[in-house]
Amino acid sequence: MSEDTAAVPAQKQTPPVGKESGISALLGSAAGRNTGLVVALVLLCIGGVVTAGDRFADVDNLLTILRLAAVIGVVSIGMTFVITGGGIDLSVGAIVALSSVWATTLATQGIANDSHWIVMVFTALLVGGACGLVNGALIAYGRVVAFIATLASLAAARGLAEIISNRKTQIVNVPGFAAFFDASVLGIPVLVVIFALVAVGGWVLLNRTTFGRRTFAVGGNPEAARLAGIDVRRHTVMLYSLLGLCCGLAAVMLIARTTTGSATHGGLYELDAIAAVVIGGTLLSGGRGTIAGTVFGVLIFTTLSNVFTLNNLSISAQAVAKGAIIVVAVLLQQRLARRSGA
Amino acid sequence: MTSSPARANALLSVQGLVKRFPGVTALGGVDFDVRAGEVHCLLGQNGAGKSTLIKVLSGAHRPDEGEIRWRGEVVEFGNPTAAMRSGVAAIYQELDLVAGLSVADNVFLGHELSTAGFSRRAEARRRTRALLDRLGHRDISPDRDVGRLSVAHQQVVSMARALSLDGQLLIMDEPSAVLDPDEVRVLFGVIRELTAQGVAVIYISHRLAEIREIGDRVTVLKDGRTVATGLPAREVKTSELISLMTGRVLDNVYPQRAPVDPAAPEVLVVRGLADGDRFAGVDLTVRAGEVVGLAGLVGSGRSEILETVYGARKAAEGTVEVDGRRLRRGSVGAAVRAGMGLCPEERKSQGLLLDQAVYRNITVSSMSSFAKFGFLDDRAERARSTKLTEALDVRPAGVDRVVRGLSGGNQQKVVLARWLLRECRVLLLDEPTRGVDVGARSEIYELVRQLADSGVAVVVVSSDVEEVLGLADRVLVVREGRVVHDGPADEIDESRVLDLVMEGQPA
Repeated sequence: MSEDTAAVPAQKQTPPVGKESGISALLGSAAGRNTGLVVALVLLCIGGVVTAGDRFADVDNLLTILRLAAVIGVVSIGMTFVITGGGIDLSVGAIVALSSVWATTLATQGIANDSHWIVMVFTALLVGGACGLVNGALIAYGRVVAFIATLASLAAARGLAEIISNRKTQIVNVPGFAAFFDASVLGIPVLVVIFALVAVGGWVLLNRTTFGRRTFAVGGNPEAARLAGIDVRRHTVMLYSLLGLCCGLAAVMLIARTTTGSATHGGLYELDAIAAVVIGGTLLSGGRGTIAGTVFGVLIFTTLSNVFTLNNLSISAQAVAKGAIIVVAVLLQQRLARRSGA
Repeated sequence: MTSSPARANALLSVQGLVKRFPGVTALGGVDFDVRAGEVHCLLGQNGAGKSTLIKVLSGAHRPDEGEIRWRGEVVEFGNPTAAMRSGVAAIYQELDLVAGLSVADNVFLGHELSTAGFSRRAEARRRTRALLDRLGHRDISPDRDVGRLSVAHQQVVSMARALSLDGQLLIMDEPSAVLDPDEVRVLFGVIRELTAQGVAVIYISHRLAEIREIGDRVTVLKDGRTVATGLPAREVKTSELISLMTGRVLDNVYPQRAPVDPAAPEVLVVRGLADGDRFAGVDLTVRAGEVVGLAGLVGSGRSEILETVYGARKAAEGTVEVDGRRLRRGSVGAAVRAGMGLCPEERKSQGLLLDQAVYRNITVSSMSSFAKFGFLDDRAERARSTKLTEALDVRPAGVDRVVRGLSGGNQQKVVLARWLLRECRVLLLDEPTRGVDVGARSEIYELVRQLADSGVAVVVVSSDVEEVLGLADRVLVVREGRVVHDGPADEIDESRVLDLVMEGQPA
């Protein structure tokens, strides 16, 4: 009743005005929606070249952008699934922190040193996946509203991370680990390769598999999905677990990039991820989602902060610009939704 | 009541109304007029343009061409509130009330009574009581939470809301679809009361019998145009109305049925089913090739029985068996795997993924048969869906279309196609023709019959007794959660069923 009915009138209400310019028709098409994002990204890059010149258009700088985008990107891909499935997860940042801490305790590092650094990776994935499982079970079987359940996880997971780490930054001292993630494949950093693989895998999963199709169904109309024979609750648990795994993977990548595990990692990731997903064109009320859009959303935000940093503009100014981008993107999206809803 | 409205001046007159949406002309020239104190019925198949017409008249859409005269003057209602202030108000099928607010708050929603920003609650309550009084419903308290009222009472609140700004013309979109016969009678009493006071009503319904009972004049729409207007509601022949609406002649709505083979296997066997609340002790057996109808009032428990058989509600007692195998309680998945399918009562909220393509709605319950290691074969899905939609004549054609844009009848065909694709053993239909026009209705009946003839066990729930009797081989009458009658459909008539529905005395 709640989400579904709330979304419907918004699309029905105002009919489109008859005239349609070529540009708005282009924006209205499915390809056009990504075109808008590409245009935004290109404009940002032009802005970067104009204001920072070679410092921006430098291979190293561009790779830095991608390396920064990779971590939040992996979280955002997972978030795309949860939001498309009609949910929301506010605890992703906290899960990243908890996974990063758990994977870098002296005990874990000790075992990793004795056996193989992959132990750290599995620990992070396991912790992340377990957190997602708890979120999903609370929401699907405990019938706690997603917003509240994940808000509780946010507090609890970050608190647990602080307890385990004793609020200290844990430095990684496992030789093979850093070497592997610092490497490059054909000139492309491993972190970026991981992000690319997750994005491609996510696209295939969402658009080519029964899992993806069920995600659209569950997000579009959970009651109809249930009556069509889909196990909506089990699917919901799987969606949150998938996002939890993504958070675990993001934690591994963050550990590699910073060579530390810390309870402060992943601060405000929930907002960055949700923002990237939404400006990418995924419907916050569920039932419509796009992986490509999310990737563009992540790249736009990361490039923005890079350009601002190169121009010595403050973090605060970045935040203002981010806010403006979100508002403009959502306003545009609503126009398009209304047009296609008629 | 029947005072000759012929000489009264037109309250509303519409000429050459055209409304276009990108890619479609929803209205292509509508003419008709409504007189004060009359009930003017609008008839037409789904997709004929009735909904668009209502929206234009009530200010929700602006027309592209044509003129609307209100009390003789050309008007343009910019929005629904402007229309309401002029005295035109629409009551939609999906009532636009806010649950959680009181009756009085809902009646004055959008035009709250206030002095210097402070709401005048006592005055609102007093006026609400007066309005409800005028509608003959002193039993509804202005302080009740609207969400706790029955649908029939919510409808009355909607009418009070429409009248709160001195409404002169009420537009009612299928008001009887959600009511049972008793409530319809009360509604008609209210309508007569209003028309006697000079209020005009535009009444939309698919039920021709109602139009004869309450209507004064009829206007028929087809493909967005007026094909006939001002027909006398009581005298005009049914066959004439149907052929005007469909453009063809329908002789028999219900398909012929062959006697069910008494040796046919019992496909669905339900024993002692109870949900611990709404119904108890329900036994139901359906043979292959048999159509069993469940008749009963809204709220008698018939839909709950169907949903419990399907596992969408959890049974407290009793068993459900398909082909001799007992199903796990409260599991839709188990029911679907055993070969059951349900076309739910609320097609839009329970049946369809409205914003997704037709083919996705059809294959949603059979995805695994199109998948290899979890990967879907889109092309095969589209091909199979195309075949089905062509066989069912879903219009407009095209399996990539979004379901929201289809008319009620075509949406119902999409839900049916879903279960046809699965080749299910048991098909449960809850109000299969609600909101479906006469033409598509007979196609759906035909389809149900064909399914039964191919060996499917079918259970139909309907408020329309005529439909149950016309379609089913065997009829069960449900009253207050108990089955009070179980017998062949040709051994019982409509009035007997109604008797049982109301009184529940065993035959």
